[in-house]
Amino acid sequence: MDHRSPSPPLDELAALARKIRGRVVEMSHAAKTPHLGSALSCVDILVAAYWGALRIDPAQPLDAGRDRFLLSKGHAATALYATLACRGFFDPQLLDRFNCDGGTLAEHPSLQCVPGVEAATGSLGHGLPLALGMALAQRIRGPRFRSFVLMSDGECEEGTVWEAALFAAAQRIDSVLAVVDYNKWQATGRSNEIMALCPLAEKWRAFGWSAHELDGHDLGALRSALTALPDGSGKPVALIAHTVKGKGISFMEDDNNWHYRIPTGDEVQAARRELGLADAPLATSQLPSPPAPLPKGEGTSP
Amino acid sequence: MRNAFAAAVTELAATDPRIVVLSGDIGNRLFDAFRAKFPDRFYNCGVAEANMTGMAAGMALCGLRPFTYTITPFGTTRVLEQIRVDICYHNVPATIVGTGSGLSYASLGPTHHSLEDVAFLRCLPNMTVLCPADAAEVHAAVAAVLTLPGPAYIRLGKKGEPPVHRQRPAFVIGRGITVRPGSDVCLLGLGTMVATAVEAAALLQERGVSAQVVSVHTAKPLDEDLLRECFARFALVAVVEEHSRIGGLGAAVAQWLAAQNPYPPARLLGFAAPDVFLHESGSQGYFRKSVGLTADAIAAEVLRAYGQGSGQARS
Repeated sequence: MDHRSPSPPLDELAALARKIRGRVVEMSHAAKTPHLGSALSCVDILVAAYWGALRIDPAQPLDAGRDRFLLSKGHAATALYATLACRGFFDPQLLDRFNCDGGTLAEHPSLQCVPGVEAATGSLGHGLPLALGMALAQRIRGPRFRSFVLMSDGECEEGTVWEAALFAAAQRIDSVLAVVDYNKWQATGRSNEIMALCPLAEKWRAFGWSAHELDGHDLGALRSALTALPDGSGKPVALIAHTVKGKGISFMEDDNNWHYRIPTGDEVQAARRELGLADAPLATSQLPSPPAPLPKGEGTSP
Repeated sequence: MRNAFAAAVTELAATDPRIVVLSGDIGNRLFDAFRAKFPDRFYNCGVAEANMTGMAAGMALCGLRPFTYTITPFGTTRVLEQIRVDICYHNVPATIVGTGSGLSYASLGPTHHSLEDVAFLRCLPNMTVLCPADAAEVHAAVAAVLTLPGPAYIRLGKKGEPPVHRQRPAFVIGRGITVRPGSDVCLLGLGTMVATAVEAAALLQERGVSAQVVSVHTAKPLDEDLLRECFARFALVAVVEEHSRIGGLGAAVAQWLAAQNPYPPARLLGFAAPDVFLHESGSQGYFRKSVGLTADAIAAEVLRAYGQGSGQARS
């Protein structure tokens, strides 16, 4: 695929990130769904990937040569849905039907539930093995593409992550990049207290990966790091993105209550003001009539 | 059976460029021919079965036809969630191949026994469960899964099993194969037990009871046409399987039978492993004998039940 993502200037990227954060907060409120802090912490990573790094074309979501992006931390689905809608993969009106009975957008994504969702995730530790399989497939049969995986730090406690890390290094799979959204929290506490993750970048290096640490909210740094794949080392790449859970909303930042808390209507308005978004009626009770169902995804593309 | 699998996958890969073999660090020398011919399509995935299974799903999502191969409990039970989510939920054509199924690796101890795998995999949506009876059926099963749109499990024994078929049988997923015709009772054999069922049928013949033997190589989807015919034609139907009595073919047939209206008059017998771990050391033959999975034991019980039910047994 020749198509490259548009690469808007950084202030436009920042505006997109604010818009997506606002949508994520609204969706959590409207659908009464948790994991808001986890979704907010990875928005900048998604924006940098989808506007600049990924070789994708929303008009051809099943193109065989597209880069694959797997949201292995599936509990951040609202951030992925809002990003894909904003990027043109589907009608943003569909976000109003998030988590509705009989809808297509569940709290954890399923394969091709909307165009652009490359895998069903929600059980942690599945994305990296899937991405390695995709990487081997393009190595064996082509066409060439790259595979990106977004994981949480808590997810790095899963054994499958390290099984995959060992295999990828042995096979020198340099077309795979894993981003760890290192917000230092997991569901019930500090990730470094519950399990000894620290030093995380050194662990990935010890497993044979090319590991880089960066500020997971620095859109420019993220875009550069994501674009530079393969990175020339011949190794798979791990980006340890230092992030803040609940990023962007002052009263949610680094407060793990927002792993499960649902924002009230007032909190949504306060969040929107902080994000510089105009006051808007909440997309809750007066839902528009459901949009026409999307064409069913083909599921796989050879 | 494992040699037959290696031969089949090697033969088929010559014309099907989608085929990839992933091994969980077993099969020393087994895949030498495959590796020599298709070095870019064989990966030893190490002692990391969950990653192997997830990678198979990723490959299948990109249009390949991967086979994962390792000892049955490690390729099924250990990685059940990868099979459930990555392969079955995605509904992709990856095939799990388990070797040493049932009590085939009995002497290795209960960690290597697999008497629950059919139950675990049968209940997963989209999954097809194949239990070939001999080398010929293994070859046919490998070819057949390449036509499926979704996942499959192929349950192998070890090597050197007696042939059940003289020539390669017509093999259709979901259709049992009659191995030996009969008129009084019917033995439905699953995979590794079909040969024993044939032996039992010969013993029954000596006692004047004519036993039909069917290789029910597909544990899921169930061959309901076959069951309707069997329960209409025979006074007694017996399921013979090297698997727990919970969740295997016998349980599937019993569930089907319970829902029939009118309820067929034929009696159902089940020959399966009990719901226990087998703690002793011993060979496959030893354990089969201890749980009643021998031709002698099967013939004797069928004779007893058939005699009770119909009064036709001439002994």
